[in-house]
Amino acid sequence: MRHLWLNAYADIVESLRARWFMVYTMVFGGLVVLLFAYGLAESRIMGFTGLSRLLLTYIQLSMAILPIFVLITTVRSVAGDREAGVFEYLLSLPISLSAWYWGKILGRFAMVFLPVFLAMIGAVVWGVARGVEVPWYLLIYYTALLMALAWCFLGIGMLISTLARSSDVAQGAAFVVWLTLLLFLDLILLGIMIQENMPPDSVIAIALANPMQVFRTASMMLFDSQLVLLGPAAYVILDNFGQAGYIAYALIYPVLLGTACAAAGYLLFRRSDLP
Amino acid sequence: MIQFEKVSKRFRRTEVLKQVDLTIERGHRIALVGSNGAGKTTLIRCLLGEYTCDGRVLVDGLDPRSHRREVLSKVGFVPQLPPPLKMPVGQLIRFAASLCNADPERMREVAQRLGLSADQFHNQPFVKLSGGQKQKLLIAIALGRDSELLVMDEPAANLDPEARHIFFQLLAEKQETSAMLISSHRLDEVATLVNRVIELDQGNVVLDDRVADLVDLSSRLRCRVSLIRPENAFARAISEWGFKGDGEGRIWDGVVAGPDRLRFLGVLSRYAALLAGIEMHEDEGAAAGVAAADG
Repeated sequence: MRHLWLNAYADIVESLRARWFMVYTMVFGGLVVLLFAYGLAESRIMGFTGLSRLLLTYIQLSMAILPIFVLITTVRSVAGDREAGVFEYLLSLPISLSAWYWGKILGRFAMVFLPVFLAMIGAVVWGVARGVEVPWYLLIYYTALLMALAWCFLGIGMLISTLARSSDVAQGAAFVVWLTLLLFLDLILLGIMIQENMPPDSVIAIALANPMQVFRTASMMLFDSQLVLLGPAAYVILDNFGQAGYIAYALIYPVLLGTACAAAGYLLFRRSDLP
Repeated sequence: MIQFEKVSKRFRRTEVLKQVDLTIERGHRIALVGSNGAGKTTLIRCLLGEYTCDGRVLVDGLDPRSHRREVLSKVGFVPQLPPPLKMPVGQLIRFAASLCNADPERMREVAQRLGLSADQFHNQPFVKLSGGQKQKLLIAIALGRDSELLVMDEPAANLDPEARHIFFQLLAEKQETSAMLISSHRLDEVATLVNRVIELDQGNVVLDDRVADLVDLSSRLRCRVSLIRPENAFARAISEWGFKGDGEGRIWDGVVAGPDRLRFLGVLSRYAALLAGIEMHEDEGAAAGVAAADG
């Protein structure tokens, strides 16, 4: 266990000095600054105002960029480290493969989640300083959703990194995965599928299986659960699950999916050539 | 200590190692030589448990793949190309020492002997060190603990002559208790360090020979080189070995590490037409000094 935390810490130290982390932090920090700069906290749309409105916009933008950022940075750095000989050297030290792999995931999770979370906390601190009411429930809920999303795509990224032997292939595969999930969002492909008379069960199954769609529905349903905004499949799902049920599903499913992908990646990693 | 039993490794259609059988005992200092693609790195990676392979690799009866921690805690590894680690030097030493249950202070001391002050570079990212500094630090991590098997890929390639001498001394201190596997493209780079040569060619062991073990790893040779006339190119080359010239630049004096003699003569051979004389004597004082320091 000590080796696991040691490796997680080493990965955090490595990431803190990596260029990807600087870009990543600047993007999410910059997003919040931009939202404030454009006066979003002061605007009122669909009944939401102040920090709620800002957090909602932030989380919608996060849905678009967090998965691709997590996927690309994970596969780039993990597959890149393998190519550059980092694995060859560090895996010549007496560390178990489980401590190495899961330590790396934990360290990486801290690094992909913290900037997103800290940007949100920054927004709250700013809001409090300006006397705006803080929507604590929304903040906790969105934090949990972002954690689940980050963990899910980290797991997928680790699986891709294990499968692909070069960083180019890994990046290509990561992009295809992200694009596929994006296309299967409710308002894009699912809308077309319904229009083409696909069986509703298949459409709903796809919507429930797509972690980006799950995140989208979960983040939006609190402030407007109308068909026009959610999309048809999400509307039906929400109707069946109920709000509380869907919140539980939206938090548990991505975590399970990410863990399953990471575990599959670990099994492959353990059985294959390491460097 | 180490057994390779019919070890084969295949990457898709290419068989990189073909039924390799080898036994290595403590005290063996092996030059693993061969051209690019001969299978040296693959053999080392199989030994470190980093590659899966057919056949069996055993270190003290244990499979390095399934008993990673037990096996690798005995192995000090110095790669040919330093990894581009961004972690600071102090962190890397602590990380490696902690994984190996070793004292980081010992690693710092070895680095200091090699001429690298780990304290001075404590907060500097490893990747920002020069090639020679990286090599010194990796050697310090490998030798600054109780390793029984040293696996080194071109370990002294980036070291200056003084650091090479200290490195040879460090190897001398381990030679009775450890086995050493030193990989190199060229035999002359490592010939005087070893007592056994294994040559690989296209995945086969084509030579496995014991060689005369007469060179004391910690010895030094006092040298004087005389030229028929001064020459700037020669002055530059020999100054890199720490030699001092007379005012004219015709006579050069210096000290060469014993195991480096072949490499040094290789450098001199490039200027053979300029040479008027070469004198090389075992430096008794230096050897005695080393022995006293060891004692």
